[in-house]
Amino acid sequence: MQDLFRRSTRLLMAGAFVLLASTAHADDSLYRAWGGKAGIRAVLDDLVPHLKADARIGHYFKDINSRHLAQQLSDQLCIQAGGPCTYDGETLRKVHVDMGITKADFNRLVELLQDSMDARGIPFSAQNAMLARLAPMHRDIIDVKPEN
Amino acid sequence: MAAALGLALCQATAMAGDGKLALTGGVSTVDGAAGGGLSPWALIGSAATEGQWGATAHLSGVRTRDYRLHAFGAALAWNDRVELSLARQDLDAGNNLAPLGLTGLHLKQDILGLKVRLAGDAVLDSDTLMPQLALGLLHKRSDAGALGAVLYGSRGGPLGAKASGTEIYLSASKLLLAQGLLINLTLRGTEANQGGLLGFGGAQSRGWRVQPELSLAWLLNRRLAVGAEYRAKPDNLQRSALGAGALKEDDWFDVFIAWAPNKSLSLTLAYVDLGHIAPATQPRQQTGVYASVQVAF
Repeated sequence: MQDLFRRSTRLLMAGAFVLLASTAHADDSLYRAWGGKAGIRAVLDDLVPHLKADARIGHYFKDINSRHLAQQLSDQLCIQAGGPCTYDGETLRKVHVDMGITKADFNRLVELLQDSMDARGIPFSAQNAMLARLAPMHRDIIDVKPEN
Repeated sequence: MAAALGLALCQATAMAGDGKLALTGGVSTVDGAAGGGLSPWALIGSAATEGQWGATAHLSGVRTRDYRLHAFGAALAWNDRVELSLARQDLDAGNNLAPLGLTGLHLKQDILGLKVRLAGDAVLDSDTLMPQLALGLLHKRSDAGALGAVLYGSRGGPLGAKASGTEIYLSASKLLLAQGLLINLTLRGTEANQGGLLGFGGAQSRGWRVQPELSLAWLLNRRLAVGAEYRAKPDNLQRSALGAGALKEDDWFDVFIAWAPNKSLSLTLAYVDLGHIAPATQPRQQTGVYASVQVAF
């Protein structure tokens, strides 16, 4: 009886953990289409140097550690793709508050990401599926004002 | 005063923008507004985005079995919010209306357009079905040449059409980003005959009507899109003084391919079906080719 109780409790806790850990995208098909963590990281490792060197938006990244940035971005994309990752950084809003980021800046990053996805051979449909999940983040990135 | 204008122009050029993603400014319609080829979309034209000025210029040609149309124009865009366009159309009717004693007839039209984005972002609001919405006006002045005496009511012409008119439209555009599919629905309030080339309304016309227009475009890659358009037409001269059906007009239809090798240039090629144009004297269905080039600044 006690054994049954213990097993049920463990089962319930495991279930609760899975529920809490599950993301908006429980299906990991996009994650797999991108080649998992390695595939995602390869795209970001290609992207970050181009971000820093870009004439329009490079200045936003000049004091940021490249490996740390690639890791944070990889974690974000991995989560969006339904992969088994966690993001331990600040919320998007907090990161981008008061930076005066414009829509043109945001679109420039999308273009550079498209270049890197092309360079790493991500299929066009998988590119668009990822962009569809990332695009709504523009609300937490473009022209974010501090909350009063 | 001149110095202030010069300064404003310098600032405008400095902020002339290329902030839009490729192909998301649409191409130029034959009426001059940004959209597809036949139908204006809710997208604001040019490569510029919010906080930027942008401009486009276009040159288009249509060659159907018996008619040729040339159109050219330019558009100015501000803040991805407002678009002002100017376009001229010239339809070479050749000798299609020769039975009316009209050879070498040209039907022309000047179009002034204004479009305002009301809400939404067709591209980035990918987590909602909310489309980008825009309201537009197209003020058109036609010049039917030697046909004017018969066409325009103001000149005593029995067809009783007006020489100028204004269309109003509401467009909803949505890019289904995950599928790479753009859908546009435009509702156009109009009484234009053949888009305005045969004036507006008529003595027996049914007046202003709301005409639906649907466009679909599928992105094959960042630079290439294929699609189709459908544009309903009011058919106000159907029962004109020239006889029932003499000037009947049909809905327009096209399938197209658009290529944007960079953000400054786009080329569009289409197969068009413009239906009947003055079928009393030219009974053939006017199918043919449409080509357009647009440059963006």
